[in-house]
Amino acid sequence: MTITIYVPRDSAACSVGADAVASAITREAAASGADVRVVRNGSRGMLWLEPLVEVATEAGRIGYGPVSASEIPALIEAGLFTGGAHGKRLGLVEELPWMADQQRLCFARVGVTDPVSADDYLAHGGMAGLRRALTMDPAEVVKEVTDSGLRGRGGAGFPAGIKWNTVHNTPGELKFVCCNADEGDSGTFADRMLIEGDPFCLIEGMAIAAYATGASEGYVYLRSEYPDAVATLRQAIEIAYARGWLGQDYLGSGQRFDLFVRVGAGAYICGEETSMLESLEGKRGMVRSKPPIPAITGLFGKPTVVNNVLTLASVPSILAQGAAAYAALGVGRSLGTQVFQLAGNIKHGGVFETAFGMSLATLVNDYGGGTRSGRPVRAVQVGGPLGTYLPASTMDLPLDYEAFAAAQAMLGHGGIVVFDDTVDMASMARFAMEFCAEESCGKCTPCRVGSVRGVETIDRIVAGVEPEANLVLLGDLCELMTDGSLCAMGGLTPNPVLSALRHFPEDFTARHEGTAP
Amino acid sequence: MPIDTSEPSMADRVRSVVDRHRGDRGALLPILHSLQAEFGYVDQAMIPVLAAELNLSRAEVHGVVTFYHDFRAEPAGRTVLKLCRAEACQSVGAEDLVAHAETRLGSKIGSTTADGQVTLEQVFCLGNCALGPAGQVNGRLYGRLDAARLDGILDAEAERA
Repeated sequence: MTITIYVPRDSAACSVGADAVASAITREAAASGADVRVVRNGSRGMLWLEPLVEVATEAGRIGYGPVSASEIPALIEAGLFTGGAHGKRLGLVEELPWMADQQRLCFARVGVTDPVSADDYLAHGGMAGLRRALTMDPAEVVKEVTDSGLRGRGGAGFPAGIKWNTVHNTPGELKFVCCNADEGDSGTFADRMLIEGDPFCLIEGMAIAAYATGASEGYVYLRSEYPDAVATLRQAIEIAYARGWLGQDYLGSGQRFDLFVRVGAGAYICGEETSMLESLEGKRGMVRSKPPIPAITGLFGKPTVVNNVLTLASVPSILAQGAAAYAALGVGRSLGTQVFQLAGNIKHGGVFETAFGMSLATLVNDYGGGTRSGRPVRAVQVGGPLGTYLPASTMDLPLDYEAFAAAQAMLGHGGIVVFDDTVDMASMARFAMEFCAEESCGKCTPCRVGSVRGVETIDRIVAGVEPEANLVLLGDLCELMTDGSLCAMGGLTPNPVLSALRHFPEDFTARHEGTAP
Repeated sequence: MPIDTSEPSMADRVRSVVDRHRGDRGALLPILHSLQAEFGYVDQAMIPVLAAELNLSRAEVHGVVTFYHDFRAEPAGRTVLKLCRAEACQSVGAEDLVAHAETRLGSKIGSTTADGQVTLEQVFCLGNCALGPAGQVNGRLYGRLDAARLDGILDAEAERA
């Protein structure tokens, strides 16, 4: 009987040697005459265990990790092909606490299936959402998404159903569905892993959005920094066309939906939805002022759904299982699941999909295992480079949009970056301003000039040059950027700066104490 | 030696790239990506050709080319090393790694070594934030980099020359 071995093709797994592990297994299996099929799955999201090798047994999939190519002969000797004992043996992967304690909807298939196998997708519940959607009126599909409580997973948390409803109700011969896959925030990689690990899920979500809103063309705006995701998605789209899941009368919908991948060109600001639309139109990624909102006047002036990858990837399971099942998860107005990404100086980093409401401390300390360096956690930045720095003492916050907002923080897209006690928070605050200066689109003055002045002012504070006056100046500058910027880039940059100052004031003074004139 | 007239001019090659994207909506970015893939960079001399072909002003095309970090004005080194300097990688020593790379290569971030072999660039996030510090070498992602691992990768690239 053929033995099935899984070795991830996810680029993070490959970044620590998964390709070499896969070739070693193929080579050694051939040498020993074993009948082995190596499946390149997505990553389970336990990135500290990558490369994670799994073998299918009668009891289930047994994991070994992290494995290096040089260990393969010894692993085979120890009985890798039958799930034999070895120092790297982890047991049944589904039963590891990290996996067993999650509620995976978006990531249900990621790490389980071959990402570019349409049959695998179908065998694991794929297309059930689109099939059910097609039995309903488009307006009913929109209502289902509204009733689920799904909010935009890109960070702003705007209800997806309201957006879809606007596009649905806006007349137009030509409408678009745009997937914002310009995930440029440090500490976020769930979009990349979803696209590399289960691209059909995104395709299905976009096809449902197209049916619900009457859109005939879709674009995925994907970062050039993710070449593997670009290749995987393009391959999956070709397969989807061949299966009749895209194109004329896709899946018997009676409509046409064409899907294209557009590659960005290294501009952080294009993650902002209106900048992304400008970029898709072949222009500089300059922010547009709103109104008009993209749902009414979007890409090329047409009604456009703009959603993040995980928003669209949540839709197939909502349609397949019903809005009520989704809305039963979560807390308050943060319903369903969020794909949290544990990153930075963390022992057990990766993706953890769970209902809203778990505390940040539980996620970072219990599941994340604390810092990789073994030193105490000092600061955690949640929600990307524009997110607040939280000190270890406030980490009992529950992970939901409102609780974070109440604590002057933002949950954003669920990216969590951990720092140990060696971090210099004044330099992190300076970096936030520097990053804004580097990546500002330049359209509005508070962001373009304010960020440059911000760097200079922090430099003066740290150097001990009139620190009191410069702290007041920095406060004024942040207020101006918050109130006067056209978009979140300039408007939220004060978040990391002011939170660093609020929670870690000692880092802004220590170096010049006693030396100031 | 007679002049080889079978060699198409740069302008002709640019036009043929544009032709491949005629059906694309808002085609300038895909065209620029294709040009950079074919030529290795986007030459100033291509701008008037693109402007004429796409019915845009030269200023518009110039504005787009210079707005995006990806488009180069001149060819890169044989090896392009991108090191991530975003927060997650900073938390595990990205800045020390950048300093090491600059010392080893004898050139600063954003420049190419004197022998034209390696271009060192900074990047903000490669989506490998749980396995940092991260880098990309000619499009291939590497995780958990430290000075020794980076040296090994660069040595292997140099040997391949």
